[in-house]
Amino acid sequence: MGMTMTQKILAGHAGKKEVKAGELIMSSLDMVLGNDITAPVAIREFARIGMDEVFDKAKIALVPDHFTPNKDIKSAEQVKILREFAREKGIINYFEVGQMGIEHALLPEKGLVVPGDAVIGADSHTCTYGALGAFSTGVGSTDMAAGMATGKAWFKVPEAIKFVLKGKPGKWIGGKDIILHIIGMIGVDGALYKSMEFVGEGVHALSMDDRFCMANMAIEAGAKNGIFIVDEKTEQYVHEHSDRDYVVYEADSDAVYSEEHVIDISKIEPTVAFPHLPENTRTVGEAGEVKIDQVVIGSCTNGRIEDLRIAAEVLKGRKVYTDVRCIIIPATQKIWKQAMNEGLFDIFIDAGAAVSTPTCGPCLGGHMGILAKGERAVATTNRNFVGRMGHPESEVYLTGPAVAAASAVAGRITTPDDLD
Amino acid sequence: MKATGKALKYGNNVDTDVIIPARYLNTSDPSELAKHCMEDIDKDFASKAAKNKNTVMVAGSNFGCGSSREHAPIAIKASGISCIIAATFARIFYRNAINIGLPIMECPDAARDIKENDEVEVDFDTGVISNLTTGNKYDGVPFPGFMQEIIASEGLIGFIRKQASKRL
Ligand code: SF4
Repeated sequence: MGMTMTQKILAGHAGKKEVKAGELIMSSLDMVLGNDITAPVAIREFARIGMDEVFDKAKIALVPDHFTPNKDIKSAEQVKILREFAREKGIINYFEVGQMGIEHALLPEKGLVVPGDAVIGADSHTCTYGALGAFSTGVGSTDMAAGMATGKAWFKVPEAIKFVLKGKPGKWIGGKDIILHIIGMIGVDGALYKSMEFVGEGVHALSMDDRFCMANMAIEAGAKNGIFIVDEKTEQYVHEHSDRDYVVYEADSDAVYSEEHVIDISKIEPTVAFPHLPENTRTVGEAGEVKIDQVVIGSCTNGRIEDLRIAAEVLKGRKVYTDVRCIIIPATQKIWKQAMNEGLFDIFIDAGAAVSTPTCGPCLGGHMGILAKGERAVATTNRNFVGRMGHPESEVYLTGPAVAAASAVAGRITTPDDLD
Repeated sequence: MKATGKALKYGNNVDTDVIIPARYLNTSDPSELAKHCMEDIDKDFASKAAKNKNTVMVAGSNFGCGSSREHAPIAIKASGISCIIAATFARIFYRNAINIGLPIMECPDAARDIKENDEVEVDFDTGVISNLTTGNKYDGVPFPGFMQEIIASEGLIGFIRKQASKRL
């Protein structure tokens, strides 16, 4: 029986010719990731295992990004645990403030993940690297501890849902609109325990930043991982960022999928997810009059250079609405510098937006833009759960950068085409 | 192994941000996390869980969706919950619960029928869930063999320690 792309990568990492959906396997790992929330727990569990060394100093990444630059004493203590562990164990990929960025934007940029890899991260959005044709999935801290010790993780081989993309996205439409549309269609548990495999000629029309954004939100449909076919754009990206050898896996032609959806991306309209679930999607046209207090453009979903360019295109020569705070957070230092050199910051600051150093910050209600009771935000982040960005009675509306920037100008949810 | 207790009932898609809001994640101390467990949707959760002792949580589909924070099952376990019954669990939460030794059971029928404050008994070896208040019984999915081994070793860390000592 044929295997899906994900199944082939897992078979390769389990030293097997073939794996079947539902089978439990032990997979070798190419990268094990943790952050300032999850790694301290993992480090404590690692100590309980009683091993002196990690399995491979080059295959572990520790990224303090959630509450950094440290927002309070407790956060500083958490990051200190990471820093001291990294020093003690000689972990190469520890990224201090000044070099760090949001983990899922940072790892691909640093060339730490390449096609065909198997990656676990103690962060649910580890599924982002599926954009590169890698198997990557979020796990908990105990899995991370075991991964750091043994270089292995157990998995139940997933079934897959196939998404065949066709057409080209219209102006102002990006990966975020497409993935929100898909989550709206299948629901927040629509892909529970499964892989989402994105194939078809429509993929070639999407930039790598679009694909990172879409793979990132696979978890928002409950998926184990999201994964894209590898094409010229992927290979170009990998050559620009990494020297590592990589393996391109393709699904067998007779691979079995539990569902198949054909999606014409040329028909997708600007999309917004209403509170309090990413599946509560509507087109912006159907959104009605939603007044807002804050806009956040950033996160591991949409804090990349293209997102910032789109936001700048919308904000150029315009002003952020008087009653709105607009916070823009480039996801990594490299993106920050690029945005600065391209003059995007002039546009943002002239428009009345604040630009922050890289951090997860408001995305998880950590710091740098928390909402008060009753406040509403439009955010390019990935979750709009109750209390996600602050007070339990605040609201988060998820969109791509074009709608977010336009909404910042209008003070209500809208598209760039509807400005002036 | 068995768990008994009074049911606390919740709906679908209970996410990790409501189980333990991110604003409390600058610590990983279980008893501190337990103080804030579920507070955004049920202010009295901590006191209810502590008062009843051996409380069982019952919820709908996709329980524990959202972030990978192990703080979520840790907070629930530290609150004194002896078992979670849900129609389905989000996958990372499922892994985490097993890896830290918090018993969970998937059973859509039981998750639908059991009401708040019903007295419930869960048998982890057979997967049978009994509602002692109504007398109804349900077949839940017991853990597959591989996971039983992890649970028997009191979680993944114990399992790895055992394996490492075998290799020596
Ligand atoms: S930006 Fe948000 S979703 Fe992404 S890793 Fe940070 S907290 Fe998680």
